[in-house]
Amino acid sequence: MTTHPASNSASNRSGNAAGAGSQRQVLDEGDISRSLTRIAHEIVERAKGAEDVVLLGIPTRGVLLARRLHARLAQITGRDIPIGTLDITMYRDDLRLKPARALEHTEIPQGGLDGKLVVLVDDVLFSGRTIRAALDALGDLGRPRAVQLAVLVDRGHRELPIRADYVGKNLPTSLREAVKVKLEEIDGQDAVLLGHSRNGRNEDSNGSDQ
Amino acid sequence: MKRHLISTADLSRDDALLILDTAEEMAQVSTRAVKKLPTLRGRTVVNLFFEDSTRTRTSFEVAEKRLSADVINFSAKGSSVSKGETLKDTALTLQAMGADAVVIRHGASGAPKRLAESDWLHGSVVNAGDGTHEHPTQALLDAFTMRRHLNPGRGHDLDGRRITIVGDVLHSRVARSNVHLLHTLGAQVTLVAPPTLMPFGVENWPCEISYDLDAALPKSDAVMMLRVQRERMNAAFFPTQREYSRRYGLDAARAGVLPDHAIVMHPGPMVRGMEIASEIADSARSTIVEQVANGVSVRMAVLYLLLGGSEPAIAPTSSVSTVSTVSTASTAGITEEPSK
Repeated sequence: MTTHPASNSASNRSGNAAGAGSQRQVLDEGDISRSLTRIAHEIVERAKGAEDVVLLGIPTRGVLLARRLHARLAQITGRDIPIGTLDITMYRDDLRLKPARALEHTEIPQGGLDGKLVVLVDDVLFSGRTIRAALDALGDLGRPRAVQLAVLVDRGHRELPIRADYVGKNLPTSLREAVKVKLEEIDGQDAVLLGHSRNGRNEDSNGSDQ
Repeated sequence: MKRHLISTADLSRDDALLILDTAEEMAQVSTRAVKKLPTLRGRTVVNLFFEDSTRTRTSFEVAEKRLSADVINFSAKGSSVSKGETLKDTALTLQAMGADAVVIRHGASGAPKRLAESDWLHGSVVNAGDGTHEHPTQALLDAFTMRRHLNPGRGHDLDGRRITIVGDVLHSRVARSNVHLLHTLGAQVTLVAPPTLMPFGVENWPCEISYDLDAALPKSDAVMMLRVQRERMNAAFFPTQREYSRRYGLDAARAGVLPDHAIVMHPGPMVRGMEIASEIADSARSTIVEQVANGVSVRMAVLYLLLGGSEPAIAPTSSVSTVSTVSTASTAGITEEPSK
């Protein structure tokens, strides 16, 4: 596994060349850390001080990223930004294509979502279907003033008219490639890997790659 | 998880914990302003009740509606059953109407199992109480309530907790389901009843047996009182109600010897003054009302796990329906969109 500089985005061609199982690192620990710091500053800038911001992480890795953003926002603004988690399993549009899945935890912070600026946090933005489900779930939980989306990696191939407001890295990919975000808390290391997918679409068990 | 829920004896520890953990999340939905999930949109669930029930039927109906399923209530009174229709013909009718799941309560032990094993209908079968056999969702909600009080947290079981079940064990499907499930979850169950109200073969159940309530109470983490089911009693099982109440009823004096953290449960409907004194039923350690609320969450979890996913994946052993309107295209990539 070789480390490439973060500027290397010419990854479209590697789809066929890489053998099954081989993975290439596109972001390392420092890249992820800098991306999150930049996103945190962008949130504060665009929300004019982030006074009514609520961070909602989408399980599994979106929750971990939201926690890191939360820590950075606390540093920048000196305030404790509300943070929660939003499980979208029950709102997925592909529920009936797979066996029933175990649910993740949904936790809406005290104070609710009404009138707030909700920033959804996920690891990879792909088809946009996860975010579509998250928007539906939000509709049942309250009426935010606005909803924004922060992702660590935008790999393209949208299937719905959805875009991210804050992107750690735009990563052009082929459909045959799989993007894997690894985070210290559960994977033991911070890295974003680009590898070869078996079925063309990386159908992660937690669905975080959509 | 299996495709049907007939008996708690069929549930592995992992299955049971999955249901309880899922129910924990479902419980949150009941606290929101919009108590609705789109998960079972377009699915039809029939509540097939051959026996009277308010609590269980309402609980299932609320659970089904919170998951956006279409609900059909079918009770034996006022149906063709009173004209002599058999279970088979009723099932065939429901199948023709495209029922995705049938929640059945029946006076005959084994009726849900017969329905599940037959090819009369292809949907999931959920046992909502059959005769004196089992009542699995009641046991699951009891275990859910116990876990919340005695060992809260996702993935936790009831390892080493001591549960005492008191009363009419002979006629109780709740006791039978609870013994299996609580044993699976690692709890130690003690059944307390007069010898006449102990079922035949109870010594082979995975539990202890006692005839002395006062000896069992001081070491109980939870005590579950069962209703004396007079409607099922065709013989004299005890001399008088008063004598039963004195020996096996839970009054204030008896509740006083319970450990401080112990909870008092009752599956309902309870007979105040008979198996449980009013002051105990209304006391702080009573979870009777909480059990009803938890029933909705647990039934939502069961319905979601049985119906929420793809049909083939949770029905490895069942025959594939050709006429059913619900059969999911098993080929990956073909999206079934009846509800969109």
